[in-house]
Amino acid sequence: MTETRFTRDHEWVRLDGDVATVGITAHAQEALGDVVFVELPDTGRAVGDGEACAVVESVKAASDVFAPVAGTVTEVNEAIVEDPSLVNADPTEAGWFFRISGVDASALDEMMDQAEYDAFVAESA
Amino acid sequence: MADDLRTTPLAALHRELGARMVAFAGYSMPVQYDFSGEMARRCRGGVLAEHLHCRNRAALFDVSHMGQALVSGTGAAAALEALVPGDILGLKPGRQRYSLLMADDGGILDDLMIANLGDGSFSVVVNAARKEADFAYLRTRLPADVTLTPQPDRGLLALQGPHAGAVLARLCPGAGAMRFMAVAAMPVEGIACVISRSGYTGEDGFEISVAAGETENLARILLHEPEVAPAGLGARDSLRLEAGLCLYGHDIDATTNPVEAGLTWAIGKRRKMEWDFAGGATVRAALHDGPRRVRVGIRANGRAPAREGTEIIAPNGAVVGAITSGGFGPSVGAPVAMGYVPPGLAVDGTPIALLVRGKALPAHVAPLPFQPHRYLR
Repeated sequence: MTETRFTRDHEWVRLDGDVATVGITAHAQEALGDVVFVELPDTGRAVGDGEACAVVESVKAASDVFAPVAGTVTEVNEAIVEDPSLVNADPTEAGWFFRISGVDASALDEMMDQAEYDAFVAESA
Repeated sequence: MADDLRTTPLAALHRELGARMVAFAGYSMPVQYDFSGEMARRCRGGVLAEHLHCRNRAALFDVSHMGQALVSGTGAAAALEALVPGDILGLKPGRQRYSLLMADDGGILDDLMIANLGDGSFSVVVNAARKEADFAYLRTRLPADVTLTPQPDRGLLALQGPHAGAVLARLCPGAGAMRFMAVAAMPVEGIACVISRSGYTGEDGFEISVAAGETENLARILLHEPEVAPAGLGARDSLRLEAGLCLYGHDIDATTNPVEAGLTWAIGKRRKMEWDFAGGATVRAALHDGPRRVRVGIRANGRAPAREGTEIIAPNGAVVGAITSGGFGPSVGAPVAMGYVPPGLAVDGTPIALLVRGKALPAHVAPLPFQPHRYLR
């Protein structure tokens, strides 16, 4: 599995072969507040890079989660649908959202690494 | 955050407590807190935890942004009655009443609390976003011998929750004997306050008016009590929504009349004989003919919250109304909402659908409040 990469929409991506696991960052869940509802894409759905394909709602507002890479949704994390607070408690492990297969690994090259993302968050604060 | 926002007397305390500040009605206000130290042991912080702390123990809200004013003069009660549908002439000293500031066309200009302070004057508490407009309207409409005196030099704190009574009785013994909607001027630990047993959460509790310069002292005294944790505007909104209480500008506004808003109970019995308040004829007609639409509670059958503006779809597929307040109800443990539907659909259990992100999600009309009121009557 590759190192975790980050998008400007505050998603994280980890690649294992051609399968990308996607979730929202610790900073994103912190900013959203208590997550109370998650809507995930249907498995088998083909998604384009940057396509809105999941929804995360906190007590305050609803936000889209975007596919950071193109491919096909092959797996979704039903655990966060059952218990949305997992997204707050463990955003980068148990709180993952969905997996996309058929991913072109080079798509991750332009994404931020942890240090770059931390700087990006600090800058936009 | 814009520099032109106004601040309340608790601005420094909010920062110290870890508040996330947002712009609300021209004020910088705490929406929720990230607590540390002793306060973090009492309450995890965040909208959910602050909401539940209020339902289970006692929460302290800064509502100093709201508009406070005195209406005084010999004819003050009668003058107020010309603009509100409540029985103000019959409001006894030391009693408070929820009422509506009415426009001549029967629309609602604001909702407000009116209290008879017993010294010939009445206090009014109005919404922050409406206070300038309300005070201008009152000045225009009150007769020359009735004086409106805004009190921008006063803060307002709300202490709400099942433990609020025990907490305040400890610091102000007289407060313990007050019942729902009682008002009294009493010191709290030596600080002069005007206390009402009322609130906006559905819980027992108090709203405490205090000089701006003493507001932080009073807040610190209240927060010293182990049951109390601060709560922000986020929890205030979810608490009032579960309690089925209207938020001005959302559930009611200048285009809604009291009958369709389900606020007919706020029209005094005597007032319903005479209809001699602004907009009275229109309200009387709405009551006689029946409203065109009705504010109802709405529960989604699934778990997706429906927010304000969400379209309401009747069983025949027609869009018949919209959600005016909606979100997740932390005590209910599910999404809750209020909105307007035609009278024929305003029956508990009526199946409807809510158009959320392009999908018609099944829902039903549900009784209000979602969370039973626990006022000390």
